[in-house]
Amino acid sequence: MSEIQSAISSTPLPRPRRLFIHRHTRITRLTHWINLLCVTVLLMSGLQIFNAHPALYWGQSGANTDRALFEIGADDSSDGPPAGFARFGSSTFNTTGILGVSRDTEDDLVLRGFPGWATLPSWRDLAIGRRWHFFFAWVFFANLLVYLLAGIATRHFWRDLLPRREQLRLGALLHDVADHLRLKFPRGEAARHYNPLQKLTYLGVVFVLLPVMILTGLTMSPGMDAILPWLVDLFGGRQSARTIHFVAASLIVLFVFVHVTMVLLVGPVNALRAMITGRFAIYVEDDHA
Amino acid sequence: MRNFRLPRRRFLALSAAGLGGSLLSGCDRLSEAPDFQEFLASAEGLTYRAQRLLGGGHALAREFTAGDVSPIFKVNGTAMPEGEDYAALLEGNFGDWRLRVDGLVAKPLEFSLTDLRNLPQRTQITRHDCVEGWSAIGKWQGVPLAVVLARAAILPAARFVVFHCADVLEQTLDGTGQYYESIDLIDAFHPQTILAHSLNDAPLTVGHGAPLRLRVERQLGYKQAKYVMRVELADRLDGFGRGKGGFWEDRGYEWYAGI
Repeated sequence: MSEIQSAISSTPLPRPRRLFIHRHTRITRLTHWINLLCVTVLLMSGLQIFNAHPALYWGQSGANTDRALFEIGADDSSDGPPAGFARFGSSTFNTTGILGVSRDTEDDLVLRGFPGWATLPSWRDLAIGRRWHFFFAWVFFANLLVYLLAGIATRHFWRDLLPRREQLRLGALLHDVADHLRLKFPRGEAARHYNPLQKLTYLGVVFVLLPVMILTGLTMSPGMDAILPWLVDLFGGRQSARTIHFVAASLIVLFVFVHVTMVLLVGPVNALRAMITGRFAIYVEDDHA
Repeated sequence: MRNFRLPRRRFLALSAAGLGGSLLSGCDRLSEAPDFQEFLASAEGLTYRAQRLLGGGHALAREFTAGDVSPIFKVNGTAMPEGEDYAALLEGNFGDWRLRVDGLVAKPLEFSLTDLRNLPQRTQITRHDCVEGWSAIGKWQGVPLAVVLARAAILPAARFVVFHCADVLEQTLDGTGQYYESIDLIDAFHPQTILAHSLNDAPLTVGHGAPLRLRVERQLGYKQAKYVMRVELADRLDGFGRGKGGFWEDRGYEWYAGI
């Protein structure tokens, strides 16, 4: 890029000036890291709970003899070592080593849904998994509430996350998708604000995925089902809610994967500094300075 | 500036991996620390109070229609209680079986199965949610616990109803492997809390808890004690089993299983 610019202009290059802007408020930064802790603990303890009955159904009820939408299991009918499998509807995949059959810390083969490195605790213990899950569910809920109230009070959602009308036009969105696919990210003044895909993703996580996790989680509580029967109906039954809980959790994992990848591509130091101190560096071409 | 980028990036990645790894082993260590587990368990009180506050005292569990009943209702936990006493009762088709109601009551009583069937009855088609995650729908018939408690006239000091069961789920030297459960008086007097003798219009099979089991519909499956032999009114729970109010509660599960 500098070669092209040198060719155009023979005058000394204007060096981009580094400018620190205030990107994240204290509440955003604090709730972000608490949320990371909660989501990690909830995900891993959730997989521990899932392992107690590694099958998902649709409707009000569902147990061993009912048809599962998704199932993890182990086949040890052959003479050889057991084989782990994951089954979606009628498609079965061999997942030995990760799902169904994996190695524990002593390197022994064990039959379990998700492997020890993905669950909390790493050994099989539903009771302790539930304790972690329900304690951090409360922290997660309180943290999200603080973030939402602060976001409304400071107009953060309207100022920073709500896409402008022109950003939502199909052409603008496709342009943004193309930029992302080419790993071309906004620089200079344009980096002051989130791009439309970023805004839509954050809005989707904050206002759809995270609330759906809480609501489907509540639907699995028989006590809450008596208090809020309409919530069970909203998700089509307790077993449907359990399935949606699992799917939404998977989408959060997908989001985190893309989110961390983007941070690494765009500049991890700057992004981490912004989420820790609030200061985010942008580089502006100061041609009329 | 560009020269420093790679090492710095690698440093960040390595520290993230290291941090992640130590957090995981740290969480495992915390899972073994009794004090920290007690701390995590404190959320149970919050859940209990929140659910009661939101109207959980009186709210009714959803009741379903005959078409919703699960074709097969899974047998979980004990499938056949061991021991000669239960075998003899089963042999006599529970003709000699008596339910004892005692503890903090004015009138300790005994009921035969016929006595219980002659009391006011309640039938409900409800969803059974196992702590493992599965659910099954069944039609239960039995006597509201409130009816039995009213006959025995509970004393003002009573705070909990304890259910003593015939099955031993774990062999222990001190006898704490005997199944038992307990509920508070809010659940005890809830209209859907029944002592059930029938499932899907047939007397309970041994696998489902013959001759009598508890149904406390707004809580998980392990609260639905099978093979109930004795109902005891108590003012505290620390004198039973290992002191946590139930077989599974003594093994780390929540006493309030509405979640």
